[in-house]
Amino acid sequence: MFALYLREVRLGVRAGGGALTGVLFFLAVVAVIPFGVGPDLDLLARIGPAVLWIGALLASLLGLERLFQADREDGSLDMLLIADGRHMLALSVFVKCLAHWTANVLPLVAVAPLLGLFMNVPPVGLAAATLTLLIGTPAITFIGAVGAALVVALPRGGLLVSVLILPLSIPVLIFGVAASRGAVAEPDPFLPPFLILTALTLFFAVIGPAAAALALRNAD
Amino acid sequence: MSETANLTARLTALANPTRFLALAGNLVPWIGGASALVLAVGLGMAFAAPEDYQQGITVRIMYIHVPFAWLAMFCYAVMAASALGTLVWRHPLADVSLKAAAPIGAVFTALALVTGSIWGKPMWGTWWVWDARLTSVLVLFLMYLGVIALTRALDDQSRAARAAAILTLVGFINIPIIKFSVDWWNTLHQPASVFRLDGPTIHPSFLWPLLISAAGFTLLFLTLHLMAMRAEIWRRRVSAMRRMSARAAEGKLAEGQAS
Amino acid sequence: MRLAAEALSGERGGEVIFSGTSFAVACGEALLVTGPNGAGKTTLLRILAGLLRPAAGRLALDGGGEEWPDVGPACHYLGHFNAMKTALTVEENLVFWQRFLGQARMTVSEALEAVGLEDIEHLPFGYLSTGQRRRAAIARLLISYRPVWLLDEPTAGLDRASEGRFGQLMRGHLREGGMIVAATHLPLGLEGAGELRMGEEAT
Repeated sequence: MFALYLREVRLGVRAGGGALTGVLFFLAVVAVIPFGVGPDLDLLARIGPAVLWIGALLASLLGLERLFQADREDGSLDMLLIADGRHMLALSVFVKCLAHWTANVLPLVAVAPLLGLFMNVPPVGLAAATLTLLIGTPAITFIGAVGAALVVALPRGGLLVSVLILPLSIPVLIFGVAASRGAVAEPDPFLPPFLILTALTLFFAVIGPAAAALALRNAD
Repeated sequence: MSETANLTARLTALANPTRFLALAGNLVPWIGGASALVLAVGLGMAFAAPEDYQQGITVRIMYIHVPFAWLAMFCYAVMAASALGTLVWRHPLADVSLKAAAPIGAVFTALALVTGSIWGKPMWGTWWVWDARLTSVLVLFLMYLGVIALTRALDDQSRAARAAAILTLVGFINIPIIKFSVDWWNTLHQPASVFRLDGPTIHPSFLWPLLISAAGFTLLFLTLHLMAMRAEIWRRRVSAMRRMSARAAEGKLAEGQAS
Repeated sequence: MRLAAEALSGERGGEVIFSGTSFAVACGEALLVTGPNGAGKTTLLRILAGLLRPAAGRLALDGGGEEWPDVGPACHYLGHFNAMKTALTVEENLVFWQRFLGQARMTVSEALEAVGLEDIEHLPFGYLSTGQRRRAAIARLLISYRPVWLLDEPTAGLDRASEGRFGQLMRGHLREGGMIVAATHLPLGLEGAGELRMGEEAT
């Protein structure tokens, strides 16, 4: 299983700079917001964490469609399916999700504080937004795996994945933004939404791979 | 007759990168040395220069910030020229030049942003304001990253070269439009309250160190660019040789079977 | 051990493309599945591998014991695609499959030598020619042990010399008590192999 993780991370890093594109997209989305709402620093500071979350959410959906499609095209997916008896398929999917997250989403979390500076988010808010992204984005990847598995047989599933996944990831967005705002705005609490966010990630870590494995087995 | 001419032309084209490698190999130590020397003088003068009566010691960051910003634009101009070379003359080195320049330009732009931000912190009280100039540089930075992502995304060298060249040129044509619209956007939102350095007068005691360190950094850029181009040519050769060795292994196998 | 199929039928896209197919393969035996295009050879192999469910019929691996309870876990499946990543080197690909599939048999370098790729193990898989890619995929059959080999057009893209070499590897597998089910148009150099003709009733 660790071998699978290593291979997937290595592929993610080596092939075609998918992580770079994701980070670039994140950067572009965040940089475009002020052109729309104006360069008022107070306003930007207020909406900053939300913008970071939405940007990260959209950017982390980018590479998802390839999660299983690439494996299907070169036949690796058949091997994973046949090996079900040795390595439970849901576990393989879980490991693939983790690897995808490490190679493509973790860089987004890493640049989030930097982008927060552009939005004039105060240091505590930066730390909170980064922490919530670190805890919350795996949930998006796990739900995304279900979408990716559902459209694996479709030739142009990329956009469909986003359309399928966005409504499902709304809870993650709500509690992620709530927690990061709670750290800055005084009356709002930080811990309760943060714990709910953690729970969501753990919940989807179980549901996501299981549902994705089911979808993959019925793909053809 | 035409066949020999054809052959010579092809040989020159093939020999070109090789001759370039030798030439650049000889040149790099000299330019590198010159840039180190000029930079030492320029930065030395920068520290000897008087402090600004308003900004105090923070003004010294200008001596690196302004050259970085200048190189951010200069490098893009180099890339646009290379892009023309790729699209119009199909020069084999133009594509190498573009690909090698992009990361260097991105780093200089990032440094310009970072030093600007460090300079701005004591002036504005925050790390970043959406000032017209900074914003334009940020957009330039995004364009650099886009070119880099494109050159990395395509495996096929010649297709990647043409795609990157087209993107660079479109970006180049767009720069004035972007600059204009960002200025317009900015004045719309912010009355001229933001601090600006560029006055009509800049005292010669500031100007000389600035010019010399700008020259030094430009030399540094040329050195890095040549080195990166050499590295890129070697990288392509290694890749070509690995492909060849895959074919050669096949030939050897066939021979082994035959004998 | 004995691989037995009784009255299997398979469907693709909701349409039954073969039915009532029965056969048995014992240790050391090979079965060649032949027939025209569209007769369901690939579908049959995918059903055997457990990738598709049979529309009807029974499939079992008798006497496999605890180790090989079913055909799926006991088989190597070599499909149309090679299941290798073009961005990784040949060696990295095979080392991964060996660690993932378990039951290590040959080392990666031995397997590559057996298929004649020992000189290019350090090259990215994407640099290889079609025949070399196929041979790298064949090396995957050798690095971990499975009693049943399910081969779908295994020699596609191979030249004459490599075909001969592959024939030897298959005969070696049969001598060690393995089983082979191969869909093919070509004689694979397996004497005494049974043959299952598909798509007869359709013609």
